[in-house]
Formats: sequence, structure tokens, C-alpha cells
Amino acid sequence: MANQQDHKNAPMATEQTNGSEFRVIGKSRRRVDARAKVTGQTRYADDIFLPRMAYCKLLRSPHPHARILKVDTSRAEAHPGVYLVLTGKDVPIEYGIIPVSQDEQALCVDHVRHVGDPVAAVVAREELTATEALDLIDVEYEILTTISDPEEALAIPAPRIHEYGEEGNIHKRVALEFGSVDEGFAEADKIFEDTFFYQGNTHLPIEQHAAVATKDPDGKLTIWSSTQTPHYLHRALAKVLDMPAAHIRVIATPNGGGFGGKSDPFNHEIVVAKAALRLDRPVKISLTREEVFYCHRGRHPVLMKFKTGVKKDGTITAMDLQTLIDGGAYGSYGVASTFYTGALQTTTYHLPRYRFRGCRAFTNKPPCGPKRGHGTVQPRFGQEVQLDKIAEKLAIDPAEMRLRIVESSNAVTANFFQLSTVNLGECIRRVVKASSWNDRFRKLPEGRGVGLACSAYLTGAGLPIYWNKMPHSGVQLKFDRGGGVTIFCGATDIGQGSDDVLASIVAEVLGLETFDIRLYTGDTDLGPVDLGSYSSRVTIMAGNAALQAVERARALIAEAVSEKLDVPQERLRFADKRVFDFAAPEKGVTFAEAVCLAEGRFGTIGTVGSYTPPKSPALYKGGGVGPSPTYSYSAAVVEVEVNPVTGWVSVPKIWIAHDIGRALNPALVRGQVEGSVYMGLGEALMEEQEFRRLPKKLSHALVHKFPSILEYKSPTSVDMPEVFTELIEEPDPRGPFGAKEVGQGPLLPIMPAVANAVYDAIGVRIDEVPITPEKIMKALAEKKAGREPRFGPSHFPAVPWPEALRIPPPWEGGDGNAVNDPRARKPKAAEREAVDYTATHGKVLR
Amino acid sequence: MITLPTESQKTAHIRLNLNGEQTDVSFAPYKTLLEILREDLGHTGTKHGCELGECGACAVLLEGKPVVSCLVLGVECDGKSVLTVEGMGTDGALHPLQEAFADLGAAQCGYCTPAILVTAKAFLDEHPQPSREQIREALSGSLCRCTGYLQIFEAVEEAMVKIAERRKTAA
Repeated sequence: MANQQDHKNAPMATEQTNGSEFRVIGKSRRRVDARAKVTGQTRYADDIFLPRMAYCKLLRSPHPHARILKVDTSRAEAHPGVYLVLTGKDVPIEYGIIPVSQDEQALCVDHVRHVGDPVAAVVAREELTATEALDLIDVEYEILTTISDPEEALAIPAPRIHEYGEEGNIHKRVALEFGSVDEGFAEADKIFEDTFFYQGNTHLPIEQHAAVATKDPDGKLTIWSSTQTPHYLHRALAKVLDMPAAHIRVIATPNGGGFGGKSDPFNHEIVVAKAALRLDRPVKISLTREEVFYCHRGRHPVLMKFKTGVKKDGTITAMDLQTLIDGGAYGSYGVASTFYTGALQTTTYHLPRYRFRGCRAFTNKPPCGPKRGHGTVQPRFGQEVQLDKIAEKLAIDPAEMRLRIVESSNAVTANFFQLSTVNLGECIRRVVKASSWNDRFRKLPEGRGVGLACSAYLTGAGLPIYWNKMPHSGVQLKFDRGGGVTIFCGATDIGQGSDDVLASIVAEVLGLETFDIRLYTGDTDLGPVDLGSYSSRVTIMAGNAALQAVERARALIAEAVSEKLDVPQERLRFADKRVFDFAAPEKGVTFAEAVCLAEGRFGTIGTVGSYTPPKSPALYKGGGVGPSPTYSYSAAVVEVEVNPVTGWVSVPKIWIAHDIGRALNPALVRGQVEGSVYMGLGEALMEEQEFRRLPKKLSHALVHKFPSILEYKSPTSVDMPEVFTELIEEPDPRGPFGAKEVGQGPLLPIMPAVANAVYDAIGVRIDEVPITPEKIMKALAEKKAGREPRFGPSHFPAVPWPEALRIPPPWEGGDGNAVNDPRARKPKAAEREAVDYTATHGKVLR
Repeated sequence: MITLPTESQKTAHIRLNLNGEQTDVSFAPYKTLLEILREDLGHTGTKHGCELGECGACAVLLEGKPVVSCLVLGVECDGKSVLTVEGMGTDGALHPLQEAFADLGAAQCGYCTPAILVTAKAFLDEHPQPSREQIREALSGSLCRCTGYLQIFEAVEEAMVKIAERRKTAA
């Protein structure tokens, strides 16, 4: 029954599915988990208290870069109330989210790479006892040279932060050229070169990471954790604990906010699992807020150089983009992040020739990773601000210029991404109209301004993180004789509403209410694999899997009811918890009776569905990052008021239009849009993960400037502007009921729209984020002095780029392969077989 | 026999009115109200995001006023009344604020929700007809990373209307 779904044959839910209009889909509804949340009954990881539970704390490195010479735990072990002390030698196996960067150890064995890297763990009867015992662990370090930023990483090849990578402290370099950009520049009327810097920032979920592990009565391991990716944690635990994955159960508790920050397998999860197995009792860890800043995996700081050639009418002839990325101390998702800093530039406007070169460096800071918009946020900022500059130079309205060049539906881009529905033009028209753009742009009084920007985002990564041919998401349905339906799925609700998505799809097809549905999600024992809540993939992938499963169940039930009532199946309608003849509605049975009829006819009713994204035409090496079943589009207009005396920027109103395909639950969709706008505003104006050196007379260590919520500024309820949201609903043939993503895309246009609005308000360009009052004052001073009215980076360092892979774009006859790749990409048989996840001993070979 | 570590000794005792119920609790004297609620009284509806008084996630009502419970010592609470999210509903029915938060998407991940709900309750008790600006100000001590706050404001406004209607019907 669990046939792999061919996307071309995907069940295409339409208005006809139920013979009339939708009852659940498209209606603003109370989400299925809302009652638990408003009564405080949602059980987050730290709300789990088990009998005999012990508490764990981690000893973290005070040095940004050092060798561990000696760890003496004897005093801590002797401390009353301490049950166990673990060090690196207890969990030495390396792991990491990406198969090619298995570079983390749950406790560092001989090398610490950032302040906060864990060295030892104490498990004790009370949390405070464990904390006290940390002071009793003696660690001898040999301090190593600190690499504080990518330019230092390029200049200082040794000591190496990692023994792998391209060379020295360069983690990853990529170079791709789609068509001859030199020819493209030759055809241009004007060429623009701009350098931008996007500062790093962090997710700041209000829930601190927490995990509880226990050895089950039968000897297996169960771990509850605040993770967005239970499946990947499952794999990492099997590897590091060297035990069969089949004997490990990972339960992702509802996340108190994720935003990408809980997508890696974490050291603290592995440590409590190890400790629980060793002690045969439950062990909990709950990180402090400071520790959450050290977990990080947040937005990469990126320096960017854009060179763009345009015709007089705004048509782009070519673009060259270089990115230099501060990766922090570990790989994390960094290989993917590196590609993402160049991948999606082609998806908004028609770009005939494109060269992208990206370089990620290791530095001695907490590792960067995926934050909402993963890697695409930074270059989108640069591209959209540069377009604003281009439009001004060409004397074209920036909205009008964008409308001329928007990419069309179903296009294949220069880098071979297959687009589906593209409603960016409509998004632009809507925000232009709603904001009275034409009456405001360049017409507001000094100090007030409006700015416009656009974006696109993935609706799910087209490839899994580890190579395999299996579905990306699976759903099982169980039918109760009382008419109840239970959904089992690995999908993880991090607050975005994925449980509600699954329930609404199943309820709609069966004519039920979402309250009739039970859900068991995010549990590796109970549900089929879903790869996790990242890359905006859950609605389309788990949603399509649910749709397939429920259409299969509906068919069985319809067949049984059809026989019983002697009504052709096509005339049966599922609505109002009944199955009936829509030609004679009184002729029917209740849904519960229908289930019993089906069970009597076919035996126990249970169905499965699964989803695998369509194959991508991007066959070149590196073409695996960026393809998606479809892309969402957004356009935003931001209004700002800038105080010329203080440099303070306030934002009274934002207009945003989002191409969603179809809103399954508009109340939740609006919440995702507004939440993205909010987070984007934080990034635009205040949020930054900043570092400083301690004084020389102290250690001179590179430390986090402010690992606290108070000092890490984020917008509060008084900072939030009015937001006018419009949803563009052209159902996408690839989405369940036509739905596309909304969790990440609407964040992307906010930062560049703010920067463009600041320019409209006071005539200075702030080419980096956050746009702080200090930077505005500096730019205003430049303006006053008659120099370039700008604040931003002035140079891009020389990076030793490799020769670019040359991939002719579709319109130059390209077939998706590189013409100069010596390792021409056809996945070898050996590579295909390299992952054997079902092997009984859980040895993951890559 | 080894000595019990200090932090394991439940030498402090208080009696408080927790959600309308007289409650005795013994605990280690260093503990905060937040820790007592979650660890000694099993009331995990109250959350924590920093334990430094910065995020507002642990707000409860102490004598009817919102406080960040991570900054209140348990021993200070003897004889006082505490209201947490668990005590908001009456007779099995949700409070109008809870209804509105659930219906209007004001709770996404739900982690800051209990604190915002009790804060909003205290605020509406004092200000039955607040403006949007007053609501913004009243909730500014609680950080929410999911919603962008707007649906929270709308939910408070809807609850305000519902509460006023109930008062009218009751009067």
C-alpha cells in the first residue's frame, strides 16, 4: 500500500473532492492544539518530571580556542549528591547534521572551539548540586590563536579549527557560473557594484532547549527533546551511542519556538541519553538562556559583493555574486547555508546569466546554522537594496522596474530550478495599491519614507539531508469504529501549526471536524518518518502524505457505503460527519457507521500515504540545494520615520502580500506572516549576535557581547507596527489543496524594505543590518560632509576561488550538467547504497 | 549515611492561596516562586525563558498583580494569593481571554501564552475598556517570538468585549 508517490499522480484535491465548497480548508479556525496552549497543558520538554529523575549540567569552555590537556573529575565525583561525571572520552564519536561535516563531539575530547563548547557533564540529584560540582572539575587548557572573523580565517591558516575542510580555516568554497556573465556585462547599459554586510543574529525562542532521557523498563532508550528534527536526532543518537536505532525512541515535544534553532542534533541531548543509559534512571537537562546563546545555529554573518548589469529599461543582463560567510566553530548546516547564499537569487526576477561564488570560514564563535530564511535572507537583502539603487539611477519607479522583470510561472531558472506558480507581480501590485505607493514614494516629507522589497522562498527542500530514495514524509491513519480518526506522522509542531495542517486535510476529505481527529506526531516510534520542521516543508510534504493516505481511506469507505446504499461512488459525499448521496441527502449513514461498513467489508481500516518531491533538473554538483516543489513569493512596503537628531527609526506601518497558493487556516497563515514581519523587523533594526574581546590583561578571549535576553534587543509589543496582510491565493498544483509555504518567506522582504525606506526618508544608504541609530548618524555625518551618504562595508577581500563549474542555462541549450566537471555527476551505485538506515546496528555509513 | 545536600532539604514551609485553594508546601529555602510552582507543586503551566526577569514568560499574579515569578522568593509568598494559568477557567469553562486567544491565533508555540494570559487578566480586571495603546503597554513585559503580537492584541480586545457583555447580562 505504501507505494512511493509519483508527484505527477499526486491526489489533486479540488473543490470537487467533496462535491461542493470546503468546510474546513480556507476557514479561520481554532487550531487543534489551541486549548492545550491556553490552559498551560501543552507539555514542553522541561515540563516532564519523572520518578527518580536526575539533573544534568554541562561544564563549558571559557576559552574561544584551546587544546584540552587534562580533565580531572575526581573532586566533582566525590561531591555529595553527584551520580555521574562524563567527559569527552565517554562519547567520542563525531556527529553533525550534514553527512559531510560530522565534526561535533557531545563533549570535546581534546579541542574546544568556542566559548561555551562543552567539556564535561555532571549528573546529580538536584540541578543546583550539579551546578556546584562543575566548579570542582579541573581542566587544563593550552590556549590557541583565536580566529575571530572570516578575513582572519583567510589570513591565518593555522592553527586549524578543524582538520577537514577546503584548506586552512576555510570550511567550504563553491563557484558556479550559469552562462557567461562577462558576455552579459558586455550587453549591459550600466553595471552596478555594491558591497553589503548582514550581521548575524539568533533565534531567541522563548523556550530554552531542554531534554529528558530515560532507559525504558525493557532496556531501550527514550528521549523527549525540544527538537525540530526528531528523525535526524534519532540518527545521530544511534551513531554516537553506537546502538541500534530500532532501540531508540525520540519524542519531539512541542517546541516553545524553534525558528531553525532546534534543527541540529545537540550535545546536551546526546549527553543525557548517555547518562540515562549509564545510570538506569531518567536524566533531564534544561539549558540556561546564556547556554542557548552558545548553542546558537543562528543567522550567518555574510559579507556580499554584487555586480549586476542592466539595460536602460531595468532588464538584468547578468549578475555576479560573491559571499564570505562567518560559519562559527562547527559545520552545522553550513555546507547547505553556503549554497543558499546564492541559490535563490534566480527565482524572483529573470536572470539570464549568473555567477555565484561563496566561501564559509570557520571562526571561534558559536556555530551558525539555519535561521528562518536559511542563508537566503542575506543575499536577498543585498539584491533588493541594490535593485532600489539601480531603479533610482535608471529613473524608473522601483515597483515598476520589478514588475517588468519578475520571473514567470513554470519557468526553469538559469540555475535549473523548476518554478511552479509565481505570483510575485500580483504581490507587488497589491502592496503598491494598498500602501498608496505612488502618492508616497519620494513624496513624503524629510524624515519619513517608504521602501519596497520582494522575495521568494522554498516550499520544502527538494532533497533530504542524507542521500536516500525514501519519501520525505509519511502519514498513517487509523480508523476507530466510533468514527474517530487518528493521524500518525513524524511531523513536529514547533508552534507553526503543523498538527492543524494535518488535521484539517484529513477532516476536509472525510467531512469531519478537526476536533474529531487525534494526532500522534513527532514520535519516531509511533509515526512514519517526516524529515522535520525545516525548509518550510511540512505543509507540502506531510500535507500531501496525509492527503494521499486519506484519499485512500475515503476510497475504501466509499466503496463499502456505495454497496450498502446502492449509490454510485461518484454520488457519495462526505460532509457533516455523514456519508450520503448528494442527489438525495437523506439517504446516507453516519461517518461512524461508514467506518464500520468498511471494516466489515475490508477488515481493519488503516491507510498510509507518503510524499517525495519531484526530481529536479539541476543535475550539476551543488544543484541539490535550492530546488523545491514550489516557491512562495512576497512583496512588502515598509514606512519609516527617522529622527535626524537621534538616528532612531520607527516603523508605523507595513503592507505585505504573500503568494500562499491556498491558506488552509487563514488565522494561522496571518500569524505566520505577521510573525515573520516581526522577526524581520528585529533583524532590520536591532538584533545582532555580537562578540567582543576581553581586555588584554584578562584572557583577551573572544566572548559573546551580550548572551542575555535583556541585552540582545528584540522588538516588544510597543515596537510592533500595524501590518496590513494580503494573501494571494492561486492554488499551486503541487501543494495540498494548492497550499504553499508561509513560515519563512514573509520575513525576507522586510530588511531590504526598511533599508530602502530609510533612504527614501533621509537620503542615506545603510548597506548593512541591523540599521542602528549609530549607523544612521554616521551616514548622515558623511552626507553632511559632502561624501557618499552611506554606511556599509567598503571592500570584499580576495578569496582564493576555485574555477567555477560552468553550467549553460536552459536557453543556451544546457541540460542541467556542468560542462567542465571532471567528476560529472551521475550518482554512483555505491553512493546510492551508502546509507543503510534500516541496518539493525544503526551504523550510518555516511 | 551521607548528609543530604542543602538544596535537597525542604526546610522552608509556606501556606499560600494557589488558584483559590489553600496550599501548603515545603521546599528548599533558596527556591523561587517559579521553581516551587513547577517543581514542588506540579503547576508546570507557568514557563521560564531566562530566570533573570527579562523575558516575562514566568509571570503569575501575586495578590492580583503580575510579577515575574523567577524573581520572587518562595519564602516571600507565605499567606499570599497566587493565580496561574491553571486557575483562569471557572467550572470547567475557559476564561474569555483563553477562548479568544485560542480562536484568534494568539497562541502559536504557546510558550509565552500562560504569562500573557494572566497579565492580560490582571490588566482587564483593572481597565475594562482599554485602548490598543494601553494593551500594548500592559503586555510589553512579555516577549513573544512567534506572533508579532497583533493577534494577541486582537484577542485581548475580543475578550474585553465578551467580558463586558457578560457583566451586562449578569447585572
